[in-house]
Amino acid sequence: MARAQIAARTLRTDRWWLPPLTTFAGLLLISIYAAFRTFQGDFYWVDQYHYLTPMYSPCLSEECVPAASHFGQPLPALPGFLTPPVVIIPFLLGFRITCYYYRKAYYRAAWASPPACAVAEPHAKYTGETRFPLIAQNLHRYFFYAASILLCVNIYDTVLAFGTGLGLGNLILLVNVSLLAAYTLSCHSCRHIAGGRLKHFSKHPVRYWMWTQVSKLNNRHMQLAWASLIFVCLTDLYVALVASETISDLRFIN
Amino acid sequence: MSYQGKFRVWRGDDSGGGLEDFTVEVNEGEVVLDIIHRLQATQAPDLAVRWNCKAGKCGSCSAEVNGRPRLLCMTRMSIFEEAETITVTPMRTFPIIRDLVTDVSFNYTKAREVPSFQPPKDLAPGEYRMQQVDVERSQEFRKCIECFLCQNTCHVVRDHEENKEAFSGPRFLMRVAELEMHPLDTADRVDQAQDDHGLGYCNITKCCSEVCPEHIHITDNALIPMKERVADRKYDPIVWLGNKLFRRS
Amino acid sequence: MPELERHSFDVLVIGAGGAGLRAAIEAREHGLRTAVLCKSLFGKAHTVMAEGGIAAAMGNVNSSDSWQVHFRDTMRGGKFLNNWRMAELHAQEAPQRVWELETYGALFDRTKDGRISQRNFGGHEYPRLAHVGDRTGLELIRTLQQKIVSLQQEDFKETGDYEHRLRVFQEFTVTDLVKDGDRIAGAFGYWRESGRFVLFEAPAVILATGGIGKSFKVTSNSWEYTGDGHALALRAGASLINMEFIQFHPTGMVWPPSVKGILVTESVRGDGGVLRNSDGKRFMFDYIPEVFKDKYADNEEEADRWYTDQAGNRRPPELLPRDEVARAINSEVKEGRGSPHGGVFLDVSTRLPAEEIRRRLPSMHHQFKELADVDITAQPMEVGPTCHYVMGGVEVDPDTGSSSVPGLYAAGEVSGGMHGSNRLGGNSLSDLLVFGRRAGAGAAEYVRGLSDRPAIAEEAVTEARATALKPFQQEGGENPYTLHMELQQSMNDLVGIIRRAEEMDEALQRLEKLKERARSLSVEGHQQFNPGWHLALDLRNMLLVSECVARAALLRTESRGGHTRDDHPSMDAEWRRKLLVCAVSGDGVEVVEKPQIPIRSDLLDLFDRSELEKYLTAEELA
Ligand SMILES: Cc1cc2nc3c(=O)[nH]c(=O)nc-3n(C[C@H](O)[C@H](O)[C@H](O)COP(=O)(O)OP(=O)(O)OC[C@H]3O[C@@H](n4cnc5c(N)ncnc54)[C@H](O)[C@@H]3O)c2cc1C
Ligand code: SF4
Ligand code: SF4
Ligand code: FES
Ligand code: FES
Repeated sequence: MARAQIAARTLRTDRWWLPPLTTFAGLLLISIYAAFRTFQGDFYWVDQYHYLTPMYSPCLSEECVPAASHFGQPLPALPGFLTPPVVIIPFLLGFRITCYYYRKAYYRAAWASPPACAVAEPHAKYTGETRFPLIAQNLHRYFFYAASILLCVNIYDTVLAFGTGLGLGNLILLVNVSLLAAYTLSCHSCRHIAGGRLKHFSKHPVRYWMWTQVSKLNNRHMQLAWASLIFVCLTDLYVALVASETISDLRFIN
Repeated sequence: MSYQGKFRVWRGDDSGGGLEDFTVEVNEGEVVLDIIHRLQATQAPDLAVRWNCKAGKCGSCSAEVNGRPRLLCMTRMSIFEEAETITVTPMRTFPIIRDLVTDVSFNYTKAREVPSFQPPKDLAPGEYRMQQVDVERSQEFRKCIECFLCQNTCHVVRDHEENKEAFSGPRFLMRVAELEMHPLDTADRVDQAQDDHGLGYCNITKCCSEVCPEHIHITDNALIPMKERVADRKYDPIVWLGNKLFRRS
Repeated sequence: MPELERHSFDVLVIGAGGAGLRAAIEAREHGLRTAVLCKSLFGKAHTVMAEGGIAAAMGNVNSSDSWQVHFRDTMRGGKFLNNWRMAELHAQEAPQRVWELETYGALFDRTKDGRISQRNFGGHEYPRLAHVGDRTGLELIRTLQQKIVSLQQEDFKETGDYEHRLRVFQEFTVTDLVKDGDRIAGAFGYWRESGRFVLFEAPAVILATGGIGKSFKVTSNSWEYTGDGHALALRAGASLINMEFIQFHPTGMVWPPSVKGILVTESVRGDGGVLRNSDGKRFMFDYIPEVFKDKYADNEEEADRWYTDQAGNRRPPELLPRDEVARAINSEVKEGRGSPHGGVFLDVSTRLPAEEIRRRLPSMHHQFKELADVDITAQPMEVGPTCHYVMGGVEVDPDTGSSSVPGLYAAGEVSGGMHGSNRLGGNSLSDLLVFGRRAGAGAAEYVRGLSDRPAIAEEAVTEARATALKPFQQEGGENPYTLHMELQQSMNDLVGIIRRAEEMDEALQRLEKLKERARSLSVEGHQQFNPGWHLALDLRNMLLVSECVARAALLRTESRGGHTRDDHPSMDAEWRRKLLVCAVSGDGVEVVEKPQIPIRSDLLDLFDRSELEKYLTAEELA
């Protein structure tokens, strides 16, 4: 038996192409900015106020500005065009790339699989995440652990920066780590580990409570993913502008 | 309050068919199914449509309205402009029988492949004790009215007929999750989900959740938690290494 | 003529609602090859729409509950016209049937100590309805469906064939039962999809086809409810009882027109919702009948206290049995105190916090939001009576579900007797399970005891086929849709919630004319999925059953439960001793009186004498 013969790829009359297009444009812009900043290798540390951009934290190799290396410099200077962030970026990028939300976003926007619901995808074959390379998406859990460690580092940076007084930069760093923390906590893997994997919530009241809280955040995972991503860029931009002395930090105390 | 609405309805069967134009009266408060019924009563007595409760409870009247998978009885006419031409087509993913009626037996076949609830052997009827917080997750999935709109929308089978063999679709992966989270089920569901029901095909693009008339969070609450359980078991390198080293199966 | 598709089974179950599925499970567990036939898809039968819950005296919430109390409530609800043996079996076995569902995988809402939670409902003395939010019917049907699948999986393991012992034929309509002499030999029908005919050979047939609501204009019932099982039984020579008793549910939606009749669950009232007229008055206090005065509060304060303290207070009158509430709403509207669209107001928004409403009544919240643009957490609903349930049905043996025709069984809404003149909310779902199981076992026993299988004569098949094809042979005849609308209008207006002799006379005349016109029905197109044709065949059943209803209603010159006569407004103890029995006669039906079976004395002893005096004659009490 055959399916109904309907030639049109979709009969949707709304602007279904708009969300994937916006997503695509947004992700592209941010990638370009992030790539540029990564390979710029400069303006990531404001010595006067101890602002370190999250993109360069932790700064672990020998070419780092020494004061920005809060955890020492266990790595030698990186060869060629490589810059300090390349050490941590695989983890950050890995976390976001394997994130369940971002997967949805780029499968739809970049790979058109599917571009929107009930709109035919252009690919002849589809195996989803059943085989290499996409099967590696299952490693999200481990990226979550790594990202959680990096988040702690960012929080540490933020706290350190308060040692010099209080400026707009401090507040920006604070909002940034809050958003990052909310995003990381709202992660589906986190939800699973916090309590989702249990069969009997009633036997683990504390973990049930944690699961309920994480679930609330998890409802907003998409919003947090975007908010934290955009805000990381803005934070970085702010630090870069202050570090390059294009603008000066607005100070409240000291 | 009534007006003449313009409709295009797919008519035909597995040998072919196409969209036919109709002009039908539309009254205040009506839903698309009312219009289809008026068509049957006045212009096309043999127009085939499947329905039952007309209250969004049975999941019979699934079709596509302006290209979007929906229940005909829960799609109010007031969401459209009066001048708009409304296109009504059968679900695309399943073989056509006639007009708006499709052959949904794929779903019944898949349902049969999910091993049933396995209660603990030592509990007699009446002795079951479960806490509300423990049953709530599975209860959400049991709200499913089996309209199969999610199955219809999921691109894994909608765009790839050949995947029907390996992939049970969101409805039945959710059934596996329901049993996995059932406080008294004793069977192991995790490997089943991945190996027998094709959980890996799902790329969590959430169209199933988008169309579900019961607003079940299929992806967030069933599919992703199942993927996480599979990750616990299959992709945990430490477990994997342990299994390799000590030849556990 | 194309080759006729034939199947042979031990037991045929017609209907895949709660009763049919439970019967099929039982027959299969007795080792018989069983088929389930249903008009819609598997898992979509009407039972799916049930909302409030399943009544069973498990005593989880209030441990004073017992089968005796449940029995009493059921008899009171039915105004003592119930078949007492059925009411007894029902009250005794309902808890086991509910617990059994848990072993099939059902997930009911829970109490704090982990048992099945139970809620209040009209006419039930204690919280008694096991439920899942307000989608209990869905849970019931899905659970039974999944149990069937699990049995099929067992058969698959054993034989390599899922359908070896239990097979479901969905989207299949039975049009006639076939007999061998006076016993059942099988059933004839067509695939809705292709229009092709099929003959089933089987020594036992269980009818579980549900109700007849589609003969009325305003109804909570779906298209399936065309009284097929009632009509099949009649034509096969069985009789129907209590057909005059039709339950009008007090609260159906009244607006917008396209959803008029759709049910608003009684749990709205069970959970605190109140009825108000256009003056904002809680009018139910004015409508408490004498027989219920000591059980229902006569002031708002006491009624409101009841929700938190049930032992010390009488219950709110909103929870009176359905017939009382429906009549009250009817007269409020008649006297000009109705809502803008001809109903009254049902309000929970001022009674419970919004969050609580969404949690307890999710599908009502959803239904009003989607279909009427009403937010029930902020606004009152508009509601009015809607045809909901038929108490009457096939006269059966309480213990086995057997009709008077050997091999023909009935269970669920299609059977009669259990609910007397009025059914209590929640008593239907339990009825389905208790008597579905009993009919399954009864049929199995019967088949086991047969020495030879009945045979089917070819003429019977030819005739059944000819009847089914007749609408195609006629050209330029009546449109079935028009006829159906006229039938619904007549029944609604003339044999509806309040009845009068002249009106019913007129109804009978109209039915006579409709019957005449129905002979020349014609349909267009071909046999493949043709709704016009399906309706033409269903009309035959609706007309037959409607005639039973009208004739019985005309004969019963009293008001009782789901039968209210304007010209005979009071209940008459003499009439309690009589059942009206409907059977085929000529091309119509005739209704005759039959004495009611006296209630067993130990069951009578469960009641106070003062209460019995309200219902029984002096002679019976002596
Ligand atoms: C909106 C609503 C809410 C309700 N809420 C409650 C409640 O809360 N509690 C309660 O106890 N009761 C409730 N009821 C009543 C209860 O749901 C029904 O009485 C009960 O479900 C009937 O079940 P059944 O098994 O007899 O038949 P159904 O579930 O109606 O099944 C009938 C079956 O017979 C099949 N059939 C019919 N004719 C044919 C034919 N000719 N050939 C083949 N198959 C045929 C149909 O396809 C269907 O599968 C409610 C009813 C409605 C309408
Ligand atoms: S989330 Fe998965 S199951 Fe749901 S529609 Fe997308 S691919 Fe299909
Ligand atoms: S999960 Fe939702 S969309 Fe899928 S079949 Fe069930 S109700 Fe329909
Ligand atoms: S799911 Fe998005 S970060 Fe884990
Ligand atoms: S007809 Fe039942 S869901 Fe639409």
